[in-house]
Amino acid sequence: MYLRKLSLLNFKNCAEAEITLSPTVNAFTGDNGAGKTNLLDAIHYLALCKSYFNPVDTQQIMQGTEFFMVQGIFERAEKEEQISCSLKKNQKKQFKRNKKEYERLADHIGLFPLVMISPYDTSIIMEGSEERRRFIDTIISQTDNRYLDGLILYNKVLANRNSLLKQISETGRYDPSLLEIYDDQLVETGQRIFGKRKKFMETFGPVFRKHYEYITGKAEDAGLTYDSALLHEDFAGLLKRSAERDRALERTTAGIHRDDLTFLIHGMPMKKFGSQGQQKSFLIALKLAQYSYLLDQKGFKPLLLLDDIFDKLDDKRTRKLMQMVSADDFGQIFITDTSRQRIERIFDEINVPVTVFDIAAGSCISHDEPR
Amino acid sequence: MNFSSRLLESAVDEFARLPGVGRKTALRLVLHLLNRPEAEVERFSLSMTSLRSGIRFCKVCHNISDQLVCGICTATRRDRSLVCIVEDIRDVMAIENTNQYQGVYHVLGGVISPMDGIGPSDLNIATLVERVQAGEIKEVILALSATMEGDTTIFYIYKKLKDLPVRISAIARGIAFGGELEYVDEITLGRSIATRVPYESTLMK
Ligand SMILES: [Zn+2]
Repeated sequence: MYLRKLSLLNFKNCAEAEITLSPTVNAFTGDNGAGKTNLLDAIHYLALCKSYFNPVDTQQIMQGTEFFMVQGIFERAEKEEQISCSLKKNQKKQFKRNKKEYERLADHIGLFPLVMISPYDTSIIMEGSEERRRFIDTIISQTDNRYLDGLILYNKVLANRNSLLKQISETGRYDPSLLEIYDDQLVETGQRIFGKRKKFMETFGPVFRKHYEYITGKAEDAGLTYDSALLHEDFAGLLKRSAERDRALERTTAGIHRDDLTFLIHGMPMKKFGSQGQQKSFLIALKLAQYSYLLDQKGFKPLLLLDDIFDKLDDKRTRKLMQMVSADDFGQIFITDTSRQRIERIFDEINVPVTVFDIAAGSCISHDEPR
Repeated sequence: MNFSSRLLESAVDEFARLPGVGRKTALRLVLHLLNRPEAEVERFSLSMTSLRSGIRFCKVCHNISDQLVCGICTATRRDRSLVCIVEDIRDVMAIENTNQYQGVYHVLGGVISPMDGIGPSDLNIATLVERVQAGEIKEVILALSATMEGDTTIFYIYKKLKDLPVRISAIARGIAFGGELEYVDEITLGRSIATRVPYESTLMK
């Protein structure tokens, strides 16, 4: 599977662009702010129906215009697939496969699996548990299209249960039968999501450790575990036990919406005790494990998007990463960098051909002939 | 918009309050009315006034009606032991269009959704329980949309009725793809009422 052609219209700072891509390594080079990362984000849209960086769709529309459109032509299972995503101000996002609009976006997610490695990934270590849930949810939903449905339903039931808890405390009227219904619905969907996350982590953990050892040369001991209250107690019992606290705090205090991942370095929390270098190795190992996992589940290679990694990574990690890339484990790759010379040098060293596109603000693109 | 007449402006303002009507459309509608004979416009405004002041909600089923009790509830040929529970009057109209249902209705006036501030006490659920307790009803059919809120409401009503001597059934759902009853075509809807199944065996664990 690879992306053969990408076209943009009014997407962020790019008024119009159309590029033909190489099935192997593509590099977008240019100054900061030229819009290199926007091209990666456009590819992210085509694969996962949303931006990697900004959850607000309307903010992707170029200033002073009314809509954006991103189109891609993929080759998948020896067939051409045309994917198109467009958004007009104040209207619903349109997402089409071969000109036919999707009824559920969940049906699209996973057709074109993708892994993005970006400097913003540090939020997975540094920010709250939501970032880490998002990380595993993004992977699982690419291999199981009922997963996203379950998650949406769970969040809706949760929001209703929380509103009800608030109303109970405001009005003093308590109707146990309605709360019981939300509990039942929460338990049914929550238990199912828990089962899928647990099963995922059992496979993902060892894959992660393999990549981490490769990057750090076995010198460091990193830990990755799934952390959920449901590991120790079934959800129904948990809800019953926290019922009083929930009513006092007017929100649901237990459930899979509180799940987290624990990251350790030599047995200590990574966030606090990991050096910057250790954290970077950890993040890359997480992303490469995501790649291996998707490859294994899908049976074909995901797209790999590397945003600005040569500026942010030191030589040792870059070289390891490039060795893996050149070992033919990877399919189509997209890289952004400020320096065309650096890109050409790095890929020359590992003897891998690369197609370079110069990106300049406004005009977006000039094409270097593919090799 | 600058108006040459205050009367014109006020009429446009009123039309623009309607859902989906912008000021441009409002102006077009008002100018259209101005071109019609006076008697016709009077008929129009009289119909709106009497709609608001004259309409009643049937005190048995809560359907919109001209009388205290609606035509469906008073019709002699209808089976008053069979009650179909729906969300709003549009569902009554959709089911009536199938010409396949001979029972009566109970209009809830919405579905349970605490997120939108709608709890069971905001809906006509207490009167439903009273109707069933009165004893004439042998079967209730739950015909609510296949959404999370529809499910919650069905569970809730089931809990309130399950200990009373009444059969509880549900229409085959999933026919309404993520949507509301009124969008289902008449044949499918008629069939799904005819082939309704006991509620417990389908949806409860
Ligand atoms: Zn009536």
